[in-house]
Amino acid sequence: MSLITTLARLEAVDSGRAQPLATVRHRHLTDRPLVIVPLTTAGEAGAPLGALVGTDREAPRLLAVAQPRDRDLRFAFLAELAEAVLPHIEAYADVVEPAERNETDPATGKKTKVEVELCTDAPQLIVPSRAGIEFVRLLGRSMRFRRTAEDDPETPYPAPARVPLLGRWLTHYGERARVPGSSLLLAATDLLNRHWATGQSSLEDQHLGALLAWIDPPGGASGAEAALAAELGRDQHGQLLCPPAGPATDPAFDNRLLAPAIETYDRARQALAAAEDGLAADGRLGELSTAEREIRSLLAKVMLPTWDKVWQGLDLLRELPEGSRAEDRWTRDRWSFTAHRDRVSSGEPPQPRRDDAVTAAQKLASRETAQAQLEAQEALDDPLVLAGRRLAGEAFLADVTDVEMAYTESKRPSPRPLVTLRTDERPHLGERTKVYRSLDGKPQTAEFVRYAQEPDQEGEVLLVLRIMDRMGRGKEPAPGSLPEPGERIAWTLFEHDQRGGPKLPDPEETPWTHGGPPGADAATRAEHPDPVTPEDLL
Amino acid sequence: MRTGFDPGAEAARATGAILDDTLRGSARGIVVDSPPGAGKSTLVVRAALELAAAGHPLMVIAQTNAQVDDLVVRLAEKDPELPVGRLHSSDSDPYDKVLDGLDNVRKSAKAADLAGLDIVISTAAKWAHVKNVEPWGHAIVDEAYQMRSDALLAVAGLFERALFVGDPGQLDPFSIVGADQWAGLSYDPSASAVSTLLAHNPELPQHRLPVSWRLPASAAPLVSDAFYPYTPFRSGTDHGDRKLSFGVASDGSGPDRVLDEAAEAGWGLLELPARHTPRTDPEAVRAVALVVRRLLDRGGVATSERAEQPVPVTADRVAVGTAHRDQAAAVRAALAELGVTGVAVDTANRLQGREFDVTVVLHPLSGRPDATAFHLETGRLCVLASRHRHACIVVCREGVADLLDEHPSTEPVQLGVTVKFPDGWEANHAVLAHLAEHRVRWRPQVT
Repeated sequence: MSLITTLARLEAVDSGRAQPLATVRHRHLTDRPLVIVPLTTAGEAGAPLGALVGTDREAPRLLAVAQPRDRDLRFAFLAELAEAVLPHIEAYADVVEPAERNETDPATGKKTKVEVELCTDAPQLIVPSRAGIEFVRLLGRSMRFRRTAEDDPETPYPAPARVPLLGRWLTHYGERARVPGSSLLLAATDLLNRHWATGQSSLEDQHLGALLAWIDPPGGASGAEAALAAELGRDQHGQLLCPPAGPATDPAFDNRLLAPAIETYDRARQALAAAEDGLAADGRLGELSTAEREIRSLLAKVMLPTWDKVWQGLDLLRELPEGSRAEDRWTRDRWSFTAHRDRVSSGEPPQPRRDDAVTAAQKLASRETAQAQLEAQEALDDPLVLAGRRLAGEAFLADVTDVEMAYTESKRPSPRPLVTLRTDERPHLGERTKVYRSLDGKPQTAEFVRYAQEPDQEGEVLLVLRIMDRMGRGKEPAPGSLPEPGERIAWTLFEHDQRGGPKLPDPEETPWTHGGPPGADAATRAEHPDPVTPEDLL
Repeated sequence: MRTGFDPGAEAARATGAILDDTLRGSARGIVVDSPPGAGKSTLVVRAALELAAAGHPLMVIAQTNAQVDDLVVRLAEKDPELPVGRLHSSDSDPYDKVLDGLDNVRKSAKAADLAGLDIVISTAAKWAHVKNVEPWGHAIVDEAYQMRSDALLAVAGLFERALFVGDPGQLDPFSIVGADQWAGLSYDPSASAVSTLLAHNPELPQHRLPVSWRLPASAAPLVSDAFYPYTPFRSGTDHGDRKLSFGVASDGSGPDRVLDEAAEAGWGLLELPARHTPRTDPEAVRAVALVVRRLLDRGGVATSERAEQPVPVTADRVAVGTAHRDQAAAVRAALAELGVTGVAVDTANRLQGREFDVTVVLHPLSGRPDATAFHLETGRLCVLASRHRHACIVVCREGVADLLDEHPSTEPVQLGVTVKFPDGWEANHAVLAHLAEHRVRWRPQVT
């Protein structure tokens, strides 16, 4: 945790209110995000229990599984989820703008610009918590290899038509969520934690109710008290007033409300199956649907508070203006969405179970680039974030006091002017440390030369930098390319842009150190469903 | 020391076997594990020279530009006639200016300019950009345990066979984003190059250098037991071969007493009163600076097998090691205040591979309320505790043993990942227990 975050947390404890960590919103929010509040069944990994889905906060769509261990019902749930999610995703797929992409011509090896489509916007999914993102990933993995009757008429338990497709999309979203700064799939708690510091532990910050209690305490109460109430408050039946954001449910809810309701439902189902004539069946069908409605209403009751809190969180975030470089990162999300749309429409198989060596290395490299870029962009977008970097000695604000021309000693001298700056900050400058400033949105590089004056009574130092680039091609620096005396400039010790890494070999050329090319077996494995094991037929 | 152990002969035997495998073996890869200061660089230089002499063009892959320049200089020292290519980046000042004085070293940012030279040396990062060249028959990968698997993936197509040399006990490579999703895969891109290499090629011959020439007899057993429990090594020198002494007598202060203890025993622990502090604990930072100041003021001289006469311990023979960069910056500022210049102050990551007479270490867990995986990492402590030829002084707040007991390792166990022994928790306890025997308690005066 950085020093400024620690200070913000201390202030939050002191004042009883969460303290801002940012002055702008560092993640793009679309106009119509699709919020999903999922619930899972305790004790059975990946068995969905229910969900609230929708883009309209007033009208969430309730999906529920009355008996989560019944695989037919589970499939029905997934089919319904596909109906709720896929139309939202597909609505964005056809609205495109022309764009250019650099591609290497495989024949000549030359880079050329290719006209391609780029979706003008992308569908955004919001879940309440980080565990929700994990659940989206799990759902994706459990669905994308399923076979439908259309894929294979012989398949013993065919999945509903659109389920594998939903699995592929959720997998893509889950994977994209691992890229720092991406906004296709976001957790409300992550979003809020990025922008506010509370006075509780980071573990407690994962509790959406407690987190919002610190940021926006109801009725002007203290954040600490409101958070405690959100975490522990129970009604006279022992149920949490603020149910967990899921996907896990509260054991008290499971034991006292859900389990009896499911039992009633099971009994009603058995009774219906045992019905001997139509009249009896009618009556028992009525009992069954009553039992099912009861479960649905129970689930709705524990999901609705979370649903409302997600929207409340989004409201709070929308009060912050969006950081100027967040749009930039969103464009990359749109590229990611467009690329997956193209993979789906061109009939490519679902994402493989495991990345091969080259794909894994590529993903890691691009995420590291994204992380470094995110940190730099947030600091450039937001004076409060920059203040944190300044406090850590990784950036500084300084007044220009003097600019002196100097040149390189080559045959064609280039300008290397020396700039003297006054600052009371203590950046970690060493000999020839590179520093950067933003000049018309592009980074200009300078090198630390020396201290011209040690700290005076006010703690101010004079330091000398040598400007290295962005002065044009001439002997004299281009107008406006040099700092002016009197100017106040923010310098960073970190780079503003990230160079892309080297090109890795194609997967077919994986070297012997990494096991050689993925075998024919591995290449085809992705298309085969899991073999049916005895566990599948319990 | 056990009689009959001749460190020189043992080391020569190991080196001979490695060179034999490299020059005449048939395996595509050879892995050499080297404990701290065991002559890894010497081995790399020797292997490179012998391969070149046998007419095998060779590429050498190191991890940092400083390592590359250092290797080039060493090669030129051994054989000034040998044509060596230094492949460098196109940044400004891409290599050490010393290389400009070496006649047989050609420098270029393009691999094509260096074609045909006996040896071409560069960093892994630069090699990764070299494309469309005829692969080299041989390569040497230096500091292979600090190279990430994905970096090896990018360069492995450039050579047919390679000698991988490195120290398994030092810091593992790291990534700035989570890589858990690949944990357990043989080619986990965030793992070390050697672990991927061996996972796919378990039959490759593996060698070990058995003697540390850097660590004194007082340090080798502790470092070996704590960090290399299954691959022990010895020191090349015996007790009494090295000596650290001071021209000025102790003034009885904490820093002076710990200096005397360290001069005598090779280890010293300056223990400050228990307290939770920010990372840049001002008292501990000042204590580190004071120890360095006193070490220089008291005219330390080092006697060793390297020189006939005792050699003064000057600032460039002293290093301060920390866990975090802001701590290093704070120590630098404190040293500047005391008028000390020329002492290397850096994090464990940046001190890797370097050697000093005396090191002063700010303990990674000093003053912390918690023990995270970062601070417990075995390699971090190992690097900090194995940079010295004479003595290592650790500055720490009391209570680290309790802190360790309150924070057992809780990292999730990943399927398919080889558990690394010893874990940081165990190693930290081992080192602390040993340091406790050389403890000097000190309560700095409030100024």
